[in-house]
Amino acid sequence: MLAQQLLNGLLLGATYALFALGFTLMFGVLRVVNLTYGFYFTAGAFLALWLTQAGAPLFLALPAAAIASGLIATLLDWLLLTRLRRAGADELASLMVTLGAVLALYAGMTAWLGPDIRRLPPGLIAAGALEAFGLRITLAQILILAACALLVGLLLWLMRGTRLGLAIRAMAERPDTAALMGIATARLAALVSFVSGALAGAGGVLIGLNFNAIHPYMGESMMLRGFVVIVVGGLGNIFGALVAGLLLGIIEVLTAGYISSGLKEAVAFALLVLVLWTRPAGLFGTTLARKA
Amino acid sequence: MLLQTSALSRHFAGLVAVDRVDLAIPQGGIHAVIGPNGAGKTTLFNLISGLATPTAGQISFAGQDITLLPADRRAQAGMARTFQNIRVFATMSVLDNALTGLHARLSASLPAIIARLPGFRRAERDAIARAQAALALVGLQDRAYTQAGALAYGDQRRLEIARAMAGGPRLLLLDEPAAGMNPAERAALATLIRAIAAQGTTVLLVEHDMPFVMGLSDSVTVLNFGRRIFAGPPGAARQDPGVIEAYIGHKAAVRLAGQAP
Repeated sequence: MLAQQLLNGLLLGATYALFALGFTLMFGVLRVVNLTYGFYFTAGAFLALWLTQAGAPLFLALPAAAIASGLIATLLDWLLLTRLRRAGADELASLMVTLGAVLALYAGMTAWLGPDIRRLPPGLIAAGALEAFGLRITLAQILILAACALLVGLLLWLMRGTRLGLAIRAMAERPDTAALMGIATARLAALVSFVSGALAGAGGVLIGLNFNAIHPYMGESMMLRGFVVIVVGGLGNIFGALVAGLLLGIIEVLTAGYISSGLKEAVAFALLVLVLWTRPAGLFGTTLARKA
Repeated sequence: MLLQTSALSRHFAGLVAVDRVDLAIPQGGIHAVIGPNGAGKTTLFNLISGLATPTAGQISFAGQDITLLPADRRAQAGMARTFQNIRVFATMSVLDNALTGLHARLSASLPAIIARLPGFRRAERDAIARAQAALALVGLQDRAYTQAGALAYGDQRRLEIARAMAGGPRLLLLDEPAAGMNPAERAALATLIRAIAAQGTTVLLVEHDMPFVMGLSDSVTVLNFGRRIFAGPPGAARQDPGVIEAYIGHKAAVRLAGQAP
């Protein structure tokens, strides 16, 4: 029973980690708390819903929804934040602009599509499951785990193993100096927006698959978890977001399984407060120390 | 002329930091911009490297008008700089710092990276070799895998020079490279700057330390209150009454002139 709960927690945590990675990347590199981030999660889920309803197979719908979400993220970042960045506005200004924008987007979407919960077409994934050692894992869960592992691996390789990643890390640390090294920071910012948005979109598709419930405000409840994960993991810290995401998923599932499913969010946020009391920069954070 | 500014000005809300400065730096050699603190030297450097935009005037580099070009495009055109207050990428390794300096020289498209094409791999090996050569130039070759933030102050300054030199720039801008150094470190720095110039990179440095500059430079431009008050060989700068006055004040200059034989 415990092993099964841990497995389910790991699965949920993998999607949290995937979602939070894009958020922490956006924050770490672009230095903006972009609250529209949750919208790309909703967008990814809806795009995959429509594509599969139109008959597209999942292996096409997932990447297509992720890429389209990335493009929406790039467009919205450019639209909402270019002016603020140019004017050197402080973080509060971008926070308020993106808060206003995301509320407008959710409300607009609800007005257009209604608040109903939608379900993916039945039979999208074969309903089979693997059973071994008393553990049961469905094909959908295997797909979720594989997609998360692949995307996280790709992101880590991009950031740590390529010159492009080197340029992104340089820009995250000192944008002005990076530009003086010939790094085209504006273009790179667009690329980072795209990658982040695509990760959020992919997360939306996978959570949609996991719970089979898609609705306009699904990105909002995810954003609360995204905040917990990136703050606990250390703002802008990719490895930290990965660990904190897995941890949060496992804690939520264990709380729901052994205490009460009504308490899982209370436990998650109590964890946030507890971590910040003892480690103000998060479990793996160096950002605050670096700023000081 | 490799670098030329004409009537270059920068105003900050009523304050004129750089006031109609004409600067002409030929290809080759070591050139200095000097002046008392607050004379506008660093602002001039920021205008040249693209960190600040001029209020008026023009900048040309290698025959191209770069007045409106963003900083990254200027770097790609062959301009590199260091900072008065150190700005290494502290969380990255020394080698990675040097590799960022090569960014301007390398064009790697995302598909080429993902496909790991042979041409890309060769370019990558080449890049690491060049970064290591730049580290060897400043004597940091044995520290390649140290985290840059863990280096001593003087080593971080040298790393900035290596990072700037990695891309093989035509013009190297050094912003107060001798600041905070002891006499032995200054002598080593002067040797390094001469070696860089001997490789064919034109050096333009900003300093307020006159003796350091005098022994090193082929030409000197003196700024005071944002204006150019002298341009010429260093020997003549030392004799120039305007320069003496700017450095030691009007009264002292009059007294000195009175004592002259």
